[in-house]
Amino acid sequence: MTDRTHTKEWYLESFKAFEEGLNGQAGGSFHKIRKDAIKKFEEFDFPTIKNEEWKYTNIANLLKYSFVKTGKTSVSLEEIEEKLIHGLPENIIVLVNGVYNNELTKLLPQAKGVTVDSFSNVLKNNPDFISEYFSKYAKIENGFVALNTAFAQDGIVINVPDNKIIEDPIHILNFTGNDGENALAQPRNLIVLGKGSQVKLVESYHSIGESANLTNVVTEIISGENSYLELYKIQDENTESFHINMTQVEQKKNSNFTTYTVSLGGALTRNDLNTELDDENSQANLYGLYIIDGSQHVDNHTLIDHAKPRCESRELYKGVLGGKSRGVFNGKVFVRKDAQKTNAYQSNKAMLLTKDAMIDTKPQLEIYADDVKCSHGAAIGQLDDESVFYLRSRGIGEEQARAVLIRAFANDVFDEIKLEPLHEHLNNLVFKKLK
Amino acid sequence: MLNVKDLFVRVEEKEILKGVNLKVNAGEVHAIMGPNGSGKSTLANVLAGKDGYEVTGGEVTFRGKDLFELNPEERAREGLFLAFQYPVEIPGVSNATFLKTALNEIRKYNGLEELDAREFLKYLREKTKILGMDESLISRAVNQGFSGGEKKRNEIFQLQMLQPKLAVLDETDSGLDIDALKIVSSGVNTFRSKDNAVIVVTHYQRLLNYIVPDFVHVLVNGKIVKSGGKELALELEDKGYDHWVKHSDTVGAAV
Repeated sequence: MTDRTHTKEWYLESFKAFEEGLNGQAGGSFHKIRKDAIKKFEEFDFPTIKNEEWKYTNIANLLKYSFVKTGKTSVSLEEIEEKLIHGLPENIIVLVNGVYNNELTKLLPQAKGVTVDSFSNVLKNNPDFISEYFSKYAKIENGFVALNTAFAQDGIVINVPDNKIIEDPIHILNFTGNDGENALAQPRNLIVLGKGSQVKLVESYHSIGESANLTNVVTEIISGENSYLELYKIQDENTESFHINMTQVEQKKNSNFTTYTVSLGGALTRNDLNTELDDENSQANLYGLYIIDGSQHVDNHTLIDHAKPRCESRELYKGVLGGKSRGVFNGKVFVRKDAQKTNAYQSNKAMLLTKDAMIDTKPQLEIYADDVKCSHGAAIGQLDDESVFYLRSRGIGEEQARAVLIRAFANDVFDEIKLEPLHEHLNNLVFKKLK
Repeated sequence: MLNVKDLFVRVEEKEILKGVNLKVNAGEVHAIMGPNGSGKSTLANVLAGKDGYEVTGGEVTFRGKDLFELNPEERAREGLFLAFQYPVEIPGVSNATFLKTALNEIRKYNGLEELDAREFLKYLREKTKILGMDESLISRAVNQGFSGGEKKRNEIFQLQMLQPKLAVLDETDSGLDIDALKIVSSGVNTFRSKDNAVIVVTHYQRLLNYIVPDFVHVLVNGKIVKSGGKELALELEDKGYDHWVKHSDTVGAAV
């Protein structure tokens, strides 16, 4: 059993070893960013519940493990096949324990012109690209982002040229784990969408083996003018694991960012999803669904920053909580002084299936402009007894009646998804989790 | 088909049914009429198995089985159907999904093969025609956005789809205009056969012009105080319920 100080020391030691292994990079300007980050980690340490943003999410259990960067860098084709979306061609990217695997990555001809490469390769071959964007958006505000930034070496870089439309989804499959070890994966991703480009991105997370692993991922996304991005994040790791995910998006003029965050696995999951509407006429749609039971904990923190006028944001998060599970939703919407004609709608609903399930929900609207339309709503409820009885009175068994109603509650988060096989894939994941 | 013997039912500490006796055979239509508070809906709900109704005496056999030994879905699978007075809305669950699941559960229980999607759709289309329902209503969520009349018609549509042995209609006529009344009644009349039975619970005689009963029972203060043929309904229309309330031999007037 390790205590806090011991754990902090563990990671600081790991960083020293990591530095030594860098061979010459250690002197470069990029490395300075890493060093500053590890200093910040030392300063902040891991967040405690005394930290306002982590008030309802106690990570004490995570600190009990000494997570290691493991040597497993490959998975079998069968393991990949299992996780693909059926009925749809996909551009497949594979990361194992946070490291990009080139052999398993298969892009379709339609992706020609798009840069898909490991973070470390781009850092080596095109450092200017990295220094233009890296760590400019994802601010280091806690120990996890600090740690990811300090250890940034692996992950994926996707650079989509102007006006490039990629028809089929780019599916980034993340596998974390190695039998008998507590693996640490810290992918650092950078996605840049050129003007007028259109991309669908699926980011799925899976575990190898049953041990507890830690995936600490930071993704920075720059959505160019007139770009269109659909981002699906599917967290389906084993229920011993920890998943800390920070996604920071910068939206340029007329851009559309639509995202679905689906959390099904993990012992503890923390999603930080932030988007800055940094120019006029942009749209952000944030959908979330989490289905948890046992002693699972899912914390969704979102921030939609209306920095400029005439943008619209819509947010809908739904949770189904059973067992003794715990959900947290903190949805911040900032509307800055100059952001006139902002439309911002937020809704957060949770269905508690047991009396031990619990949800903490905190919608947070800070509005400094005066010509805006903003609304927010939170609803927490249970299965409607009358509806259950109605279904039973028609011959549907009690358990099945409850399942039908829960599925109906959960599934409408996916109503807007136009890609049928993707919609089907998500419905199936929900169906499986609710069994 | 149904034998209600000396049934006593309590709801929230208050005794509502105080010894109801009723025998319904296949091929028959029984009307249960009574003033508000007489226990009409209580009788309908306790037969369907709704929570919150405590049986304090008597027994009910349905097709030879002890009804109270069966849970709500078992009663439905045995062939009991309740057309609700206030049908609930179920967002996110389409009429089609709901009915296919229910129908196949009932078929499975009764040793019949389940209908596949194609067969089900064909069956469903036939039935929508009987009730003059727009096919688009089928893909809509159950009762969502339906008017009162549309909800009642949807209950009778479900009746037609599930073909139960005993249909209990709980104030199906309330809130319906004449046209809706005609459609709903015709749905029930097409359902009627020598193999099934219907119990029509109603406050007003008007419905019984369209769904003509074989037997009429007057329920007052939790007991059936008079039974007769269809003329009894007309007599009630003429004289009102007061006559029976005054003659009811239970202490405490119905509200």
